[in-house]
Amino acid sequence: MAHLITIFIAAILTHNIALTYLLGMCPFVSLSRSVKTAFGMSFAVIFVITLTAAINWPIHRLLVYYNSEIISYIVFIIIIAASVQLVEMIMERFFPSLQASFGIFLPLITVNCTVLAVSLFMVLREYSYIATLVFAFGSAVGWMLAIMIVAAINEKLKLIGDVPKGLRGTGIIMIIAGIIALAFLGFGGMVDIK
Amino acid sequence: MLLRKLLGDQGYKTVKKGMCDEHPIFAAGLGICSALAISNKVENAIAMGAGVTFVLIATAVMISTLRSLIPLRVRIITYMIIIASFVITVQMFLDAFSPTISEALGPYVGLIITNCIIMGRAEAFFMQNKVYHSVLDAISNGLAYSCTLIAISVVREVLGFGTLLGISVMPDSYEKWVVMTMAPGAFFLLGIAIWISKTISERRSEESKA
Repeated sequence: MAHLITIFIAAILTHNIALTYLLGMCPFVSLSRSVKTAFGMSFAVIFVITLTAAINWPIHRLLVYYNSEIISYIVFIIIIAASVQLVEMIMERFFPSLQASFGIFLPLITVNCTVLAVSLFMVLREYSYIATLVFAFGSAVGWMLAIMIVAAINEKLKLIGDVPKGLRGTGIIMIIAGIIALAFLGFGGMVDIK
Repeated sequence: MLLRKLLGDQGYKTVKKGMCDEHPIFAAGLGICSALAISNKVENAIAMGAGVTFVLIATAVMISTLRSLIPLRVRIITYMIIIASFVITVQMFLDAFSPTISEALGPYVGLIITNCIIMGRAEAFFMQNKVYHSVLDAISNGLAYSCTLIAISVVREVLGFGTLLGISVMPDSYEKWVVMTMAPGAFFLLGIAIWISKTISERRSEESKA
């Protein structure tokens, strides 16, 4: 149990997938302009990441059993694409307003590196099934935390509005994320995972 | 202007677009993840740039050849499978020829699959154009991406480790900027690089207007 808590906290704070491994930056840049879209997108990401990790773990075991680990990238990416399609259909049916605000970005979860990265880390670190679920959920929550902080700062910054002209947009998001990442370094050494 | 004669008018336009006007990282904001994560050492950046360029070219050939056969509804999954197969080749090549780089890159080799540059170009360009122009577009985008990656990694390695390609270049008394080797350094550097490139392109467009 203590092991699982360690993994969870490490995935959120010390080994944050966005601020330490620098993953999931494309939606990070495009969606962190308003808190509302960032919030909706992060929920979709949490759902997709946990779901795909839960499916990918047994399938990876199956591939290892049949000695065909080499095609694991293809299998992982197909499963991710299929789950995204599923989430899109569910959203279209039940939350049409949320769907309208995502526009193009929902299909882009497929190319959100975090989703694939969680599956790859799970293989690389040889997690058990429960640990994989905890790690996947924790990583997604960590990503959400990062994008929410950046989106909130960005929104406040827009009100003051004295960002240099060339820095507006992507540039300032990078700088904000850098400062937040610097702050997250302070968590380093609190818990450790291999 | 030799290049223009060599490639033909439209080909030259494609290359110029990929290299400057629609630079994948600065103008379109694509492929930022790996540009940040892999740029702490020059040798990693070179390996990553070469890998992405190879996958881009191979995907360009595949998709632009098959573009009339790919059903529109399942095109995203088709891109994914094609890209993933080439990424597996890159992974096998790295494992066989330089295990140290393969270990340093870790999961980031697999993550070439989700590099938005490849998906973005496949959707925006390879699906609509002939093989020759697609390959030109792939090469120019790949080169633009690699050059940026290498430029950022040179700064980060010199400041963070005091070395260049593993060879020490700074005096012994040099205090290493450890933060440059970690995530915040990458964010700050890329932010500044985007700032510079945006200012230059804005100034240029103002000049052409005036």
